[in-house]
Amino acid sequence: MPAKQNQEAGITHDGLFYPEARLHEMHDMMLFIRRFEEKAGQLYGLKKIGGFCHLCNGQEAVCVGLHQASEPSDYMMTSYRDHGHILARGTDATAVMAELLGKAGGVVKGKGGSMHMFDIEKNFAGGNGIVGEQVPIGLGFGFSSWYKDDGRVTICIMGDGGINQGAVYESFNMAALWKLPIVFVVENNQYAMGTSLERASAETQLFKRGISFKIPGMKIDGMDVLEFEKKMREAIEHARSGKGPMLVEAMTYRYRGHSMSDPATYRTRAEVDEWRSGRDPIARLQAQMIEAGLATEEHFKQVDKDIKKEVAAIGKAAEAQPEPDASELWTDIYSDPIENAYPYPGKVN
Amino acid sequence: MSKITYREALNQAMVEEMRRDDRVFLMGEEVAEYNGAYKVSQGMLEKFGPKRVIDTPITELGFAGLGVGAAMAGLRPVIEFMTWNFAILALDQIVNAAAKMKYMSGGQYSCPMVFRGAGGSAARVGAQHSQSLENWLANVPGLKVVMPSNPADAKGLLKAAIRDNDTVVFIENEINYGDVGEVPDDEYIIPLGVADVKRVGSDVTIVAHSRMTGFALAAAKILAEQGIEAEVIDPRTIRPLDENTILASVAKTHCAVVVEEGWRFAGIGAEISARIMERGFDDLDSPVIRVTGKDVPMPYAANLEALAVPSVTDIVEAARVACGRA
Ligand SMILES: Cc1ncc(C[n+]2csc(CCOP(=O)(O)OP(=O)(O)O)c2C)c(N)n1
Ligand SMILES: [Mg+2]
Repeated sequence: MPAKQNQEAGITHDGLFYPEARLHEMHDMMLFIRRFEEKAGQLYGLKKIGGFCHLCNGQEAVCVGLHQASEPSDYMMTSYRDHGHILARGTDATAVMAELLGKAGGVVKGKGGSMHMFDIEKNFAGGNGIVGEQVPIGLGFGFSSWYKDDGRVTICIMGDGGINQGAVYESFNMAALWKLPIVFVVENNQYAMGTSLERASAETQLFKRGISFKIPGMKIDGMDVLEFEKKMREAIEHARSGKGPMLVEAMTYRYRGHSMSDPATYRTRAEVDEWRSGRDPIARLQAQMIEAGLATEEHFKQVDKDIKKEVAAIGKAAEAQPEPDASELWTDIYSDPIENAYPYPGKVN
Repeated sequence: MSKITYREALNQAMVEEMRRDDRVFLMGEEVAEYNGAYKVSQGMLEKFGPKRVIDTPITELGFAGLGVGAAMAGLRPVIEFMTWNFAILALDQIVNAAAKMKYMSGGQYSCPMVFRGAGGSAARVGAQHSQSLENWLANVPGLKVVMPSNPADAKGLLKAAIRDNDTVVFIENEINYGDVGEVPDDEYIIPLGVADVKRVGSDVTIVAHSRMTGFALAAAKILAEQGIEAEVIDPRTIRPLDENTILASVAKTHCAVVVEEGWRFAGIGAEISARIMERGFDDLDSPVIRVTGKDVPMPYAANLEALAVPSVTDIVEAARVACGRA
């Protein structure tokens, strides 16, 4: 329901006013993530990006909504499907692209790749390749905020497959027991690789998975960035006010396969189309903004053109970077290199 | 010098370090109100309160990961496993998270923390509660592995481990907790990665860690009565391994026996023998001999259990063979 308030242009969603500038910011970031992922897919096809590469097309509203609803000082960690989240967090996109390409200027110096993105300055703690592993780690970040009483909230993201790991429930229990300031977010994109939610979960209403730990749950439309952002604010506020953890189920969908090597034959074209053309978060926000008279179709076309150009330039700049120096092989293992303690080829005798 | 037990030494180390640095906290099963399953944390709840000495549910993977996250966020966790047998449930967080975090994050995040608890073979508790797993952990780059053999080392090494900027796996010995030893009264730290020559000798080098150090010293006494002077080296830190001290000894004695409680296959003895072969080959007059636990799950029956772990006699015999006086 578009409405103007205090003369300022914007959209009021469910009682919360989103000024024009923020709407543009949210839109542009979602579109940037989509085009960035497309570029990554393209570079993967050219074999310039190796290994596993998980794109988040379709899930952009969750990435942007989480970032918009939280403070920069709040902690965030997720699985290997991390490009969109670290970009939304504001990490330099060239460094993210360089990481995908295994270059020296990568966000983790080319040592992590697609699945291991970290940015300590943005409080983004990975980028974890073991399904569910980030959940106990998020518990620890939440614990540190409780210990230091620093007012921060930890946003700990997992998938609908990841939520079946035992470590998640160990973490739910301790988070609730000690009332730690954590929002657990399940990106329910309906699939864990080729396994649909129904084939893997006895309880498919994932927001209820915290009930036996007395963790309140919320199911939110993750394809509607304003709705998601608004409800996420409530969840974060709950955690920040000392009431303990909250579990958010973000209903979303990934348009691409699980990773670049997955043709996604386990789902129908019709199903994908239903989400893609019916619920796309970018198209939805564009329609809302046009209806509110905040932008025109022409404007969005131009923005898309500009973003595509920007992403192409980022790809080029990242590709032009050198590979990490061979000496990097041996750094960042221990804090102080311990002389003579680790013999390695070439140094023996 | 004061005479205190191995468990008291560990307790003193934690208490001193927690007084020194309020980022340090102790977490684990039964560490607070129960004063520790092996009473290592006796009195610590009273001293530091429930915020810094924290009882957890039985949830090893969960609280190990909590420690990893807390360390990444700037705290200095000491995570106690009731025994290392149960830490197997937490291996993902130790091996896949703590050990690799610094590397995967390109140096941005580190995990300065201690995972500690009782290890080694215990007494009559069967296969699941009685084993040595240090070779699993020492195999992982990014981890440091420390195993003290007496109270003085236990205290100095644990203090160093808590101050260390990396993840330290600190394996105490279940049977040694009650051992009494001299411990300096003034504050001291024993740096990680430095071996200790526990007995000087010129005829045969015996390398042994944790409880086996005591066995090696007992064997050396018997050997001395037979006219063989053994040099006993306790690496104290398994990784990084102080191979220079070992090699210097072999250069003098020209033969070596490596003792460990753990299984023979790909054990610590295999690693140390390989290093002596790689770098001290010309110094050797005879092959390095390994004395290890038998490659079997630990049996319960007293006689079988005794057969499964190295004995002092085994070490004496191996040393005599090594130096050609069998
Ligand atoms: C412990 C573990 N088991 C299996 C895998 C292999 N694996 C990688 S992703 C994945 C599916 C996870 O799906 P979900 O949690 O729904 O996240 P999504 O990929 O949909 O974002 C699996 C089984 C893994 N990485 N880690
Ligand atoms: Mg999924």
